[in-house]
Amino acid sequence: MHKLLQDLPGEKIMLLGNEAIARGAVEAGVAFATTYPGTPSSEISLNLFQMSQESDLYFEYSTNEKVALEVAAAAANSGLRTFCMMKHVGLNVAADPLMTLAYVGVTAGMVILSADDPAMFSSQNEQDNRYYAKFGNLPMMEPSSVAEAKDMIKDAFELSESLKQPVLLRTTTRINHSNAFVTFGDIKPRNTKGRFERDPHRCVTVPAVSRGLHVKVLEKMKNAARLSDTSSYNFVQGQGPFGIITNGVSFYYAADAVKDLGLMDQAKILRLGFSNPLPRKMIADFLAECEKVLVVEEGEPFMEEAVKAIAQEQGITIPIKGKSEDLFTRLFEYDPAMVREKTAAFFNVPYTPKTSVDTSDVPEIPMRPPNLCSGCSHRATFYEVKQAAKDMDVICPNDIGCYTLGFLPPLSTGDFVICMGSSVSSSCGFSRATDQKVVSFVGDSTFFHSGITGLVNAVFNNHNFTLVILENDITAMTGHQPHPGVDMDRFGLSGYGRVNIEQLVRAVGVEHVSIIKPFKVQKSIDVIKEALAFKGVSVIISQEPCALYAKSLKLKKIRPFMVSDKCVDHRDCITTIACPSFYLDKDNRVAIDANTCVGCAVCAQICPENAIRPLKQ
Amino acid sequence: METTRLIIVAVGGQGNLLASKVLGEAALLAGVPVRMSEIHGMAQRGGVVESAMVFGDAQSSIISDGEADILLGFEPAETLRAIKRCNKNTRVITNTAPVPPFTVAAGLGTYPDVEEIKRLIQAKTAGLVAIDAMALAREAGSPMSVNIVLLGALIQTGTLGFDRDVVEEAIKRRVKPAFLDVNLKAFDMGFNAAANA
Repeated sequence: MHKLLQDLPGEKIMLLGNEAIARGAVEAGVAFATTYPGTPSSEISLNLFQMSQESDLYFEYSTNEKVALEVAAAAANSGLRTFCMMKHVGLNVAADPLMTLAYVGVTAGMVILSADDPAMFSSQNEQDNRYYAKFGNLPMMEPSSVAEAKDMIKDAFELSESLKQPVLLRTTTRINHSNAFVTFGDIKPRNTKGRFERDPHRCVTVPAVSRGLHVKVLEKMKNAARLSDTSSYNFVQGQGPFGIITNGVSFYYAADAVKDLGLMDQAKILRLGFSNPLPRKMIADFLAECEKVLVVEEGEPFMEEAVKAIAQEQGITIPIKGKSEDLFTRLFEYDPAMVREKTAAFFNVPYTPKTSVDTSDVPEIPMRPPNLCSGCSHRATFYEVKQAAKDMDVICPNDIGCYTLGFLPPLSTGDFVICMGSSVSSSCGFSRATDQKVVSFVGDSTFFHSGITGLVNAVFNNHNFTLVILENDITAMTGHQPHPGVDMDRFGLSGYGRVNIEQLVRAVGVEHVSIIKPFKVQKSIDVIKEALAFKGVSVIISQEPCALYAKSLKLKKIRPFMVSDKCVDHRDCITTIACPSFYLDKDNRVAIDANTCVGCAVCAQICPENAIRPLKQ
Repeated sequence: METTRLIIVAVGGQGNLLASKVLGEAALLAGVPVRMSEIHGMAQRGGVVESAMVFGDAQSSIISDGEADILLGFEPAETLRAIKRCNKNTRVITNTAPVPPFTVAAGLGTYPDVEEIKRLIQAKTAGLVAIDAMALAREAGSPMSVNIVLLGALIQTGTLGFDRDVVEEAIKRRVKPAFLDVNLKAFDMGFNAAANA
């Protein structure tokens, strides 16, 4: 049995934050869950996917976050407890349904989780999604710890059900990817079969209906504000004339700072876990009892500006500070020492930081950047496109996935990346705005997510570029989730359809479609050259399973390669394709690590000396 | 209760997430509160993986620069790269077997001399235990047990205050039965090697 399905109330178990959230959803009796995977949220959905295979929980990987939210919106309006989770930028994709779903509301509990990524450990920006709650009139909750996240999601479902409004649960990477001991609670029985009751004056958002709904949503938020003011997730800890207002993981940094600085009798902390609407009365009462107040929050001054506005309304003139040149930054994530130092500075208490060791005489350590894996088919495709286009002035819009790493030398392929699907649409713009040749790259999962509409646009507006679809049969970057082009038999699952990318591309009206097998180097280069010569939209589908995934499924027999004594040591292999299986042996000669080589044979095909050959086993 | 802050640095694939889970389990058995945070995601693509573990009363789950009480490095150059996490009172335990980054083969950097790495760490911190954990792991029966060899060395130093039998029990709970004997042997070898280092 899946460890998170165990009916063992009181059992204490170490869980990753994302596992704790998945368990909390199960304890809440969630019946319906949807997602598009994205770090740092991916392990929540992975666990729900696994649990759905051995229970009556419905779970689906949807094609993108907008689809996931719309699928979920229907379930939550059919009386099922519904959970929709995504990374922070995914909520941008889902923003269209989000803003109007807030008007329509739900008939059963619905929680939408946004996993924000301060410091951008694995994201293209560090936007602060608390503003979506305010923007969209959604109640919002934010946990400070792994254990709290598990309990909070249960209360978020209750809150959603009582207000008939979706609730935003906002986490950050340090919640999602921390481990802690969590105590299992009871599992509420799931109601898995719903019924939709027609209610067009709530559910059909023509202007006349929506005008009324906007009035209602503001009323709902008034009720939410009353609940926020009495919520146990908003509380004051400690005592004294100094005040700290904080949320999320910063709460514990602040609590540790108060203790470490010996301010236990001088400083109190207002922790806000139900943070939209903010508990205005509680904040006003807190301010009235403080001489000065420090707001500690990662990201934007979301609470700080509200707190200052409340102080103004109340005629409270004490100093209130958060983000400023000499205090907290809007950049990246916070850490305990930073919060301790700024707390000491703001409240004028003595503090001597621990000093890091002197690193001035430490030699430069070679970088260890992430790299495409040994035998990754993307490496071969990038190399082949570079060869085919070597005499051209080329722009290479790229997209979001493992292959984004193609921008690193020596492949150096990837000139413009802003969001999922942007490779295709930006190619339209580049090809019109310049005379440069445009060759763009998109992964299969990303193509389904949001590349298709760009391609339809390209055909309709008759743009001129070559799109390379990297079909590796899986969503690799986030941990091998399925997508609509995947053979679900490989997961041991039946009852799924399958969308064929080539048929789809042809149906869209692309006239020049070709398929390459990227481990056949010269043949691929020849095919790519033909596609590049075509005027109009051409699509190349590069088909080869993800090397890691193929290895885990034992799809192929692995035959590693070796460097023979024909090698003359010009190192073309390393300097052109940079496969991580190459290393320099004790004589400083190129060698191949037989433990990691998967035998793609790309290096063997590009070695001018024919010095690379299969290792005899 | 005193707070002890441990940072573990490793290269993707060296098993530091299992090592930190074993230590977390040991903390539960020993009745010590623990919080841990990890940065992964790019691990499978050859990047650096870092875990932070905070034992005791502090409530934060991450560790600021200069504030690690113990640094456990699975790879010598990565141990040195993480030296800014240390202060003069930090105890350091490191593997001495290099896993050179690809950039070295590509001619984009030079791997530092391991003896120089040891000398620098020794000079800047309160003490270094350096063992060839890879050689010991092979001797124990599997190069994959390098993580547990290093846990043995960590526990021998006494810096965490855990008895070895508690950690061995945690290994039994966290390691698959088929690999248990190798890992218990690896733990023992790391423990003994650190005693003589």
